Amino acid sequence: MIRNDIDITPELIADHGLKPDEYQRILDLIGREPNFTELGIFSAMWNEHCSYKSSKRWLRTLPTEGPRVIVGPGENAGVVDIGDGDVVVFKMESHNHPSFISPYEGAATGVGGILRDVFTMGARPVAALNALRFGSPKNARTRHIVSGVVEGVGGYGNCFGVPTIGGEVNFDARYNDNCLVNAFAAGIAKADGIFLSEAKGVGLPIVYLGSKTGRDGIHGSTMASGEFDDDSEEKRPTVQIGDPFAEKLLLEASLELMASGAVIAIQDMGAAGLTCSAVEMGAKGNLGVKLDLDKVPCREEGMTAYEMMLSESQERMLMVLDPSKEEEAAAIFRKWDLDFAIVGYTTDDLRFKVMRHGELMADLPIKELGDEAPEYDRPWVPTPTPATIDPKDIAAPADLGETLVQILALPDMCSRRWVWEQYDNLVQGNTLAGPGGDAAVIRVGATSKGLAFGVDVTPRYCDADPVEGGKQAVAECWRNITAVGAEPLAATDNLNFGNPEKPEIMGQLVGAIQGIGEACIALDMPIVSGNVSLYNETNGQAILPTPAIGGVGLLPDVFKRVGKSFTAVGETIILVGDRVGHLGQSIYQRDILGAVAGAPPKVDLAVERRNGDFVRDAIRSGKVSAVHDISDGGLLVAVAEMAIGSDNASIGATLTKNVDLPQHAWAFGEDQACYVLTLPADTTDAFLAEATSAGIPANVIGSTGGSELTVEGSAPISLTRLNDVHEGWLPNYMAAPDTH
Amino acid sequence: MKSAVIVFPGSNREHDMLYALEQVTGHTPIAVWHQETSLPDVDLIVLPGGFSFGDYLRTGAIAGLSPIMKAVTEKADMGVRVLGVCNGFQILTETGLLPGILLRNAHLKFVCKEVKLEVASNVTDFTKVYDKGQVIRCPVAHHDGNYFADDATLAELEDNNRIAFRYTPDTNPNGSIRNIAGILNERGNVLGMMPHPENLIEPAQGGTDGRGIFASLLEALS
Repeated sequence: MIRNDIDITPELIADHGLKPDEYQRILDLIGREPNFTELGIFSAMWNEHCSYKSSKRWLRTLPTEGPRVIVGPGENAGVVDIGDGDVVVFKMESHNHPSFISPYEGAATGVGGILRDVFTMGARPVAALNALRFGSPKNARTRHIVSGVVEGVGGYGNCFGVPTIGGEVNFDARYNDNCLVNAFAAGIAKADGIFLSEAKGVGLPIVYLGSKTGRDGIHGSTMASGEFDDDSEEKRPTVQIGDPFAEKLLLEASLELMASGAVIAIQDMGAAGLTCSAVEMGAKGNLGVKLDLDKVPCREEGMTAYEMMLSESQERMLMVLDPSKEEEAAAIFRKWDLDFAIVGYTTDDLRFKVMRHGELMADLPIKELGDEAPEYDRPWVPTPTPATIDPKDIAAPADLGETLVQILALPDMCSRRWVWEQYDNLVQGNTLAGPGGDAAVIRVGATSKGLAFGVDVTPRYCDADPVEGGKQAVAECWRNITAVGAEPLAATDNLNFGNPEKPEIMGQLVGAIQGIGEACIALDMPIVSGNVSLYNETNGQAILPTPAIGGVGLLPDVFKRVGKSFTAVGETIILVGDRVGHLGQSIYQRDILGAVAGAPPKVDLAVERRNGDFVRDAIRSGKVSAVHDISDGGLLVAVAEMAIGSDNASIGATLTKNVDLPQHAWAFGEDQACYVLTLPADTTDAFLAEATSAGIPANVIGSTGGSELTVEGSAPISLTRLNDVHEGWLPNYMAAPDTH
Repeated sequence: MKSAVIVFPGSNREHDMLYALEQVTGHTPIAVWHQETSLPDVDLIVLPGGFSFGDYLRTGAIAGLSPIMKAVTEKADMGVRVLGVCNGFQILTETGLLPGILLRNAHLKFVCKEVKLEVASNVTDFTKVYDKGQVIRCPVAHHDGNYFADDATLAELEDNNRIAFRYTPDTNPNGSIRNIAGILNERGNVLGMMPHPENLIEPAQGGTDGRGIFASLLEALS
């Protein structure tokens, strides 16, 4: 056992991820050398993961308020009004580093952490989504990581009983040694039943709830605040072990406890466990906290104060209890077989004190630990703006149809069925549109209201131009929610980047936040919660900048919505939006031509909003039967997905190119603010007239029917073939014998 | 028709089941905590889906030892209808109320998808509104739904109309022997099935094929 009074050497300080100037700041703050436990506490509170020290300055620029926003960033999750006294509570959070070291446990506890964030606020989780990014399929570790992460996401969510209804999966060599696991969760609560983490009242009991504390996850958040190297495998002990069964019990017990009126403040133990939760509750309430670690339920004997304060054992919570309800509260936890222990009290001295075996092991100023963590204005350089490439300068394919077949079978473009069939996407009985559509939709309890969810970002766009890429991430999320008929309400952001100490990387972060902010303002989609994950680098190679956006939209009437699949033959196919045939940074350019160059498609936020509002109105007034936006792969891919995506029978289509663009730019250009929609042939003229009078570009591009996809002037392609290649790639890849 | 839904620690489709029963039968079911030792006077007892006790040890094994299961067994012996869905089916095989066992899925992965079920017997209280041989849509969501029993048991089940549902051969999601999706006890008052009819009872859920099970019970028990 390491003694509490060991020498605090420069090596020990560096091992705790603290820079010399940060250590000096500690000395100045407390006026003496910290002891070992105190050093650990500072390390936990001041690491990048917990303190946002590199990003805070820029995060402040994001729009976080709106008429529907009840709780914005800073709590466990954001809270947004959905009418009738109900609120939706949601957030997205990364678990990248642990998932690379130990894919199953890392992904599982990522899901567990985000679910806990939601129910700590008093909401019952009703939907989970995720954004997963893996290395190149050719990389030796990729299959192992995909398999473990998907099983971990499912293993936790399925047992817990939340439907996992959507998400994203991408492959790129830039994630070879640093996969991304971003987990999103949303819950529903009553507006007057929201719980916050701010402690109130002096001398009140602080109660420990949930599972016992063990030695797992010690230094987890510090590990997640550093880069990887060839020895990252050795960091396995910093990964936590999840128990979704315990979390399910904790959910039920917590909600019962909250209903009993016993909870004054509550905070889950996530990153930096007991330390972070206790400090946050005290610091937010301008109160001190005194903990007696001898009272903490432990899984193993002989744990030191240092280990207990830094453990990231899962499925634990801390709360400030109304003392008059102690017996009632304890009985609820006995019923659910969970630990309930008074481990400390709130104080009025603004100190964070930790006792173990009757000895004072830490005595630190609580406000400075939390609020006054270092904050950096790191040097940054903007990413040079690439030139826009004229589609005429990008080579045409030999055969349009064969190229479509190739694109639909690409790792980034093929069906994700292999993934989502491992997730229970139906539990709770409210899933109206599960994985595979533009946005997933659930019903709000037994009402006719629905919530739509989407998670989006196009990392290759962000790499080429972080500002436009950031805008596009928000715009695509907004568009996907719009495409089912929902009104986008608010978003959560999960910003995944490399090492912020490099000015180029910092420039990506700054640019992306600028773009996200502009789009959120223009589209009225404030950011109400989020998470930043930096140092996603291994041996100096950073990931693609990946600012994932998770959006939530409201459907007043769940029957006034559409899916993306064609629903009838003989219908007119209409394209809403202007076509420029943008091919720079497109899937066609990258995966068919093997080149990555030029500017990403430009997002005109005013046009985005105008077109989207028009499409949403058309859906809600029952005029259209199917809608799908144009995104990765362009128009032809969008139409193919509408054709083969039908649940019952595939319905083909015949398309005509009626704009003055090279055929491949028309087919594969990734133009923004564009939607493909279908409607009965006899309503076509009325619809077009309406679009014209509203100033919306809308053109007939074809009609539905048959069992083939035909582009006028090219050979028809059978839907069976498109479906086979689209569905085939992922299961074939995962089933292939590992050749390494 | 009065019904009770047993809630175990880790049950997670009990709300789905309570909702479906209420919607189809018009009566509010009673939720009964697993620590109870007696059951109210009901016509139907349901063991819902989920991961009772986290699936630790074996699916359904620990729940099978819960205090309430003694009361459930007694009621079943008296002829009260018992329906076990998914984890409920696993619990019924663990307690011996139904023969056979649910093994890990043949492909070793959790599976959530829609399958097609053939109504193999409609002379039961659980399936009487369906036609024999009718094929219905129904979702599954499980990790351990691969039904197995020895040849003698299978012969017994087949010879006595005790197979209620089979997966159509092209949609068997888990490797179940003879495509078995749901079976009855000898007396015909206990049904265990892996698929989730409670998740397909109204148009908003994409279909109503699952209603028939609850409608059959309502008809049989009213």
